Amino acid sequence: MGEAAELLIEPKQSELVDKVKEMLPEGNLNMCLTCGACSSGCPATGMHGMDPRKFLRLALLGQEEEIRSTPWVWLCTMCRRCVHACPMGVEIPQLVYHCRQSWPREERPKGILGSCEQALNTAGNSAMGASSEDFKFVVEDVAEEVREMQPGFENLEVPIDKKGAYYFLNQNSREPVTEPDEMIPLWKILNLVGADWTYSTKGWAAENYCMFLADDDSWEKVVRNKAQAVEDLGCKVWLNTE
Amino acid sequence: MESIIRLYAKWIREGKLPVNSDWNKDLGVTFTVQDPCQLVRKSLRDPVAEDLRFVVKSVVGEENFIDMWPNKSNNYCCGGGGGFLQSGFAEERRAYGKVKLEQILRTKADYCIAPCHNCHSQIHDLSEHYEAGFPVVHLWTLICLSLGILGENEREYLGEDLKNVGL
Repeated sequence: MGEAAELLIEPKQSELVDKVKEMLPEGNLNMCLTCGACSSGCPATGMHGMDPRKFLRLALLGQEEEIRSTPWVWLCTMCRRCVHACPMGVEIPQLVYHCRQSWPREERPKGILGSCEQALNTAGNSAMGASSEDFKFVVEDVAEEVREMQPGFENLEVPIDKKGAYYFLNQNSREPVTEPDEMIPLWKILNLVGADWTYSTKGWAAENYCMFLADDDSWEKVVRNKAQAVEDLGCKVWLNTE
Repeated sequence: MESIIRLYAKWIREGKLPVNSDWNKDLGVTFTVQDPCQLVRKSLRDPVAEDLRFVVKSVVGEENFIDMWPNKSNNYCCGGGGGFLQSGFAEERRAYGKVKLEQILRTKADYCIAPCHNCHSQIHDLSEHYEAGFPVVHLWTLICLSLGILGENEREYLGEDLKNVGL
């Protein structure tokens, strides 16, 4: 007969877990069966000595310092495959999110922090810091070139701030900033089908790194600015390019 | 809120977007497609994954589409989401992405279609970093290629085999 397993850590009550349980009663944090379906299908398993099941077990055993300090919370993409595979629907990604949130803001990864700050500091909420003037200039410049150079597209329309358009099309900053020609095929498609759409100089950027930063207030600020931009133009639908 | 993927599918069904796969009949270039977590598992689930496949098959030809496994809502994350691309953990990000890379390579497809900016950046980087050599394309590129309206400067992500198709 084998010997009984020995628990090498002192189980404690975790304030963080209690808080998450309270906020998220449907998160089923207590219901883990330790089956490991989460970890077996997680590409982040084994990185920095962590995996989703281990992360949850450490949390439930109150090893708060370990789950708060592991950089693994920034390697988990919160893709939700673990909870999708979980027979009990345990909300591991939400726990990861709250652990990200427990990091002092200035100690969170600089790249994510910087992208969130850029979004807060630009009218378009561009994570790459593109100003709305630059966005408008690039779009109009590229569209003009297509009209002049490409037969059949002399009448290509790329509306900006068009009131009452049905679709409010957002745009990832990557295109206007680094590869503007990649926007052209999408414009051609929209023109071909006769879609009623517009870009906006306010809240035009598709990305929101404040969410990845786990900064709720900034995240909300960015989302509210975008929602307001849609309302200002009287558009009906926020359209993602993906 | 709407995803353009659903609109592409709708417009093709309504005949507003008259794509076809004739351009690829003789070429036989094969494609697989990444199901973005944000679009599929986290938002619109399998119905949008079905729309995505309908669009891809309409554009490249059903016989030239090879699905990854697992797929749709069960697909693996590429490792580009959640801020990973900006977080500074490049080595970890590429290690994470090996799961995706191997999944793509197992299909033996010539191209990977990535209809999400994060997925596109990440998978493009994985293909280059691990010298896998497959191009990673946006869906709009292939739609316009199929329609014969893809301009010369709009082919950044196409491989040499398709650089001149329809010009």
